[in-house]
Amino acid sequence: MIDKRVSSLADMVADCPDLRDGAIVLVGGFGDAGVPDKLIETIRCLGLRNLTVVSNNAGSGDYGLATLLKAGCVGKMVCSFPRSAGSIIFEELYAAGKIELEIVPQGTLAERIRAGGAGIPAFYTATGYGTPLAVGKETREFDGRHYVMERAIRADVALIHARTADRWGNLTYPKTARNFNPIMAMAAATTLAEVRRFVDNVAPEEVVTPGIFVTRMVEIGER
Amino acid sequence: MVQALSSEDIARRVARDIPNGAYVNLGIGMPMLVADYPVPGREFVLHSENGLLGMGPAPATGDEDMDLINAGKQPVTILPGGSYFHHADSFAMIRGGHIDISILGAYQVAANGDLANWALPGPKPPAVGGAMDLVAGARQVWVMLSTHVAKDGAHKIVQRCDLPLTGLACVHRVYSDLAVIDITPRGLVVTDMVTGLRAEQLQARTGAPLVFAESCRTLFADQAA
Repeated sequence: MIDKRVSSLADMVADCPDLRDGAIVLVGGFGDAGVPDKLIETIRCLGLRNLTVVSNNAGSGDYGLATLLKAGCVGKMVCSFPRSAGSIIFEELYAAGKIELEIVPQGTLAERIRAGGAGIPAFYTATGYGTPLAVGKETREFDGRHYVMERAIRADVALIHARTADRWGNLTYPKTARNFNPIMAMAAATTLAEVRRFVDNVAPEEVVTPGIFVTRMVEIGER
Repeated sequence: MVQALSSEDIARRVARDIPNGAYVNLGIGMPMLVADYPVPGREFVLHSENGLLGMGPAPATGDEDMDLINAGKQPVTILPGGSYFHHADSFAMIRGGHIDISILGAYQVAANGDLANWALPGPKPPAVGGAMDLVAGARQVWVMLSTHVAKDGAHKIVQRCDLPLTGLACVHRVYSDLAVIDITPRGLVVTDMVTGLRAEQLQARTGAPLVFAESCRTLFADQAA
């Protein structure tokens, strides 16, 4: 019988060889919506080093992703907008030269992750052509318009926040907390999902992330 | 006396120019004000790039739901007919040419439509968000400038941007506190100008040559709606 549910956050990260120093980790969320805070906290306690974290923002305040940064676990951030209100910890690390930053246009970031999950190694987009973010990248003209080649992102681990899940790993998401979570769930060797509520069966028409993309899940309760 | 428009006046005028049925993305900051000026009898659908179509106004105090936010990370509401979707779909709407109008702020706009609005010199990390995708993908790009020139007197509308670019030849129209300017193959065409301002005064505050439309209209603060 397939059952991807585990009973504790500790069980989520036990015997998980993809969680290692230097791993590429996708972290869902946009601003404070849909960020897998409980999983981030669990990862932080593992004391990993030199992680590459891919997430739209670079944390704010002293919670969530910011705690992982503060603990010195992250060597590189890949994100579109690290300068959100309250992203103090990231800005300090950046100013001190203690963290590498790769800025990616938000839609290019989303598509690089989607492509990674879909087995597409690279794609062309008009986004960023002629700007500093296209420097050094291959360009090509299609039908009279210029495009930049962007590489897919494939990760070791994805950390996901979901609303409901059944034992097969079918997921739904709350409102705009969906954001990057479904595409990140597709693009990692191991996908770990914290879920507000387990249910017997997610109605097939309502499934947003089909269970094939999910490795393990833990129930964290409603907010 | 020059009757410059307030940011609210500019937003009211922009809202009036959005056609019925348009799908519109409002950038963070001043463009968000456009949502506050619905035009009677007209419906347009607001897209928020974090995965929301049919964005409604801010909720009443106490009704905030932090699962329902806009691209500026502020709590919002969803209107009937709205939908939620993931980020790749959201940017497929943008990149795929399904968004009719993207309305953005700017540091500089060039006479050829080049836009610079994402990076300033200094120690702060750069942050681009969805701006490059929006200007590459939306059918029309409108820029709102709260002031026609910067506080230090520097031109915002220039012959050539010297700040890092967001996109090439992508801006179609600029709305400032002094004028509405279309960016066309024959240059910067002033279609509307505030009362009390002479053409040569507007030209002096603009870093690139202006063409004044024959039918150039007067832009009144109190009649902007």
